[in-house]
Amino acid sequence: MLKIENLQVKLEEEDKQILKGLSLTVPSGEVHAIMGPNGSGKSTMSYVLSGKGGYEVTGGSATLDGVDLLAMEPEERAAAGLFLAFQYPVEIPGVGNMTFLRTAVNSQRKSRGEDEMSAAEFLKVIRAKAKSLKIDAEMLKRPVNVGFSGGEKKRNEILQMAMLEPKMCVLDETDSGLDVDAMKLVAEGVNALRDGKRSFLVITHYQRLLDHIKPDVVHIMADGRIIKSGGPELALEVENNGYADLLAEVA
Amino acid sequence: MTALDTMKAKDGVDQETVDAVQSVEKYKYGFSTDIEMDFAPKGVNEDIVRLISSKNEEPEWMTEWRLQAFRRWQQMDEPDWAMVHYPEIDFQDIYYYAKPKSMLVKPKSLDEVDPKLLATYEKLGIPLKEQMILAGIEGAGDTPAEGRKVAVDAVFDSVSIGTTFKDELAKAGVIFCSISEAIREHPELVKKYLGSVVPQSDNYYATLNSAVFSDGSFVYIPEGTKCPMELSTYFRINAENTGQFERTLIIADKGSYVSYLEGCTAPKRDTNQLHAAVVELVIMEDAEIKYSTVQNWFPGDENGKGGIYNFVTKRADCRGDRAKVMWTQVETGSAVTWKYPSCILRGDDSSGEFYSIAIANNYQQADTGTKMVHLGKNTKSRIVSKGISAGRAQNTYRGLVSMHPKAKNSRNYTQCDSLLIGDKCGAHTVPYIEVRNNSSRVEHEATTSKVDDEQLFYCRQRGIDEEAALALIVNGFAKEVLQSLPMEFAMEAQALVAISLEGSVG
Repeated sequence: MLKIENLQVKLEEEDKQILKGLSLTVPSGEVHAIMGPNGSGKSTMSYVLSGKGGYEVTGGSATLDGVDLLAMEPEERAAAGLFLAFQYPVEIPGVGNMTFLRTAVNSQRKSRGEDEMSAAEFLKVIRAKAKSLKIDAEMLKRPVNVGFSGGEKKRNEILQMAMLEPKMCVLDETDSGLDVDAMKLVAEGVNALRDGKRSFLVITHYQRLLDHIKPDVVHIMADGRIIKSGGPELALEVENNGYADLLAEVA
Repeated sequence: MTALDTMKAKDGVDQETVDAVQSVEKYKYGFSTDIEMDFAPKGVNEDIVRLISSKNEEPEWMTEWRLQAFRRWQQMDEPDWAMVHYPEIDFQDIYYYAKPKSMLVKPKSLDEVDPKLLATYEKLGIPLKEQMILAGIEGAGDTPAEGRKVAVDAVFDSVSIGTTFKDELAKAGVIFCSISEAIREHPELVKKYLGSVVPQSDNYYATLNSAVFSDGSFVYIPEGTKCPMELSTYFRINAENTGQFERTLIIADKGSYVSYLEGCTAPKRDTNQLHAAVVELVIMEDAEIKYSTVQNWFPGDENGKGGIYNFVTKRADCRGDRAKVMWTQVETGSAVTWKYPSCILRGDDSSGEFYSIAIANNYQQADTGTKMVHLGKNTKSRIVSKGISAGRAQNTYRGLVSMHPKAKNSRNYTQCDSLLIGDKCGAHTVPYIEVRNNSSRVEHEATTSKVDDEQLFYCRQRGIDEEAALALIVNGFAKEVLQSLPMEFAMEAQALVAISLEGSVG
């Protein structure tokens, strides 16, 4: 269970408050979506949860199954089960996708005190998972995200998610820049990982992703906090009416 | 040896923490061996040159050759054109000859060698027993571990400790021994080739080396022979204030092939030590030499104290048509590096390749590159240089590509990439290109990039810690060069990349 309470975050470099008392709980097994106008702090939330530099937490807390996420290094948060699917996955020239993933899987296992996955076992698992995501074996050999199309990059994120088997997946606008078919494929990948225990926090601008990944709860975020939560119908409301009415409600 | 050794646990600091800190040894080859040594007096003069020559039981012509070089050296000035800065070296404050006492009476075989010496090499992970080296290879393209033989010549301070697999090599007609032994046993070969690639008067350090070199390796591969195993030399500087001047001479006769590996380490010391080696490769018609170096001399501590001055002259002469040479170097050590392994492409259709990774961290300075001198027709050369700078280090690529008038239809391709880690280091690229005919082609590509925070964060979000992430990114950057190394060296080099960059992020 991810529990964010009254989280307050400002930029490290300038005195600009971005999250202003964000509270949010995602119980295990549930899929929550976050929607909100540009600049409301959605991506900041995902970065702060995963430990990216440049932000200063000035108050509040964030825990995953009771463990304080904010006190840990980014890699420790990952090993604790937090996964972030990036909006813009970076390229790492010269590092094979497979080498990268195996290093990641084994680093996490090691820090959890588990046995490393053997090369043979890893190969077997990744091939099976890649196949189910319609990822070409060729893509596994290419350097991480180098020369990947937008769709390939996002699919690669989902593949990493599938291999790392996190408890809590944060998807930061995974649908941005994808055509309908690619989006469907990504959504199928996510759905395949829903197992009743794993939780998802899906950040998106568009309701259409939520047609494919059915959320249990939809939150609307504005100006650094959640202003309204509800069922999937909330997403439809936003789709039809925009945010103006909701913003007016809380104003 | 280090301050940590005598560190007492303070109140509130548990022993475990102290142990953990101690175990994070940045330069794991930094130990020294306590061994009784026989030194020649400090400094260099004609008597010292004669002494070194007589210690090696050299014939008169060799002594004369050395003296000639010494007289020449006295009239030369230290070069100052490289982008490196260091305090003036007092050449009279260095020991030019140091030999373990136990080696005064030459051991007949490795079984007779002082166990302390053998233990030193064992600690370094260098097999001096004639055993198969098992390379258990990790990675996605898993191949079963395969047994490989590598013959080793081990040089400790000034002398060769011993050479393995000599008999097996002799059966193939290959001569692999120390150069002092070659001077005694194979004078005709040494006379013919020594100084024929790097002349006595070539440059300040090469000339000094010609006068005072104490030992090194000698290889002769006869016509049409593919050397049955990889050959390798491990250099170890142990004694304090001692210069190491080794000389390597490799001759690949017509149609022969050899792959040669060179590794080097030194103890951690506060003072700087001088290493001025000369390597000469002679490649005849249709022959090929692959020469790989993993240079891991002590680089100095994180404040720039101590470390090896590495002033090395390496040159290959492709004398025959279709001769081939490939230099691969991984330069991670030394406080100051001044080194340009070069190829003289004399024979028609001969080719030279140079693959280099140069890592400079903390206060290290590296000025390294290559020279490709195209003399013959249709000669080809390829340069792939990957420079990595971190901390306050300065890393310079300096390379010459020269197409002579007769080198018709020759080609060169140069790729020169620099990677910066942090904002206090520097990378410099100084290419010299001379083309004196109109049918040759020279290509030069250069890039400079920085390891960016986004890449590091991406890796860390996937669970890879910062140092491992950096090693991964840097190994990716240097991949083309790592791939050109022999398998077991590639593994070592990858690990070395990680160790060299410790402490450069965060």
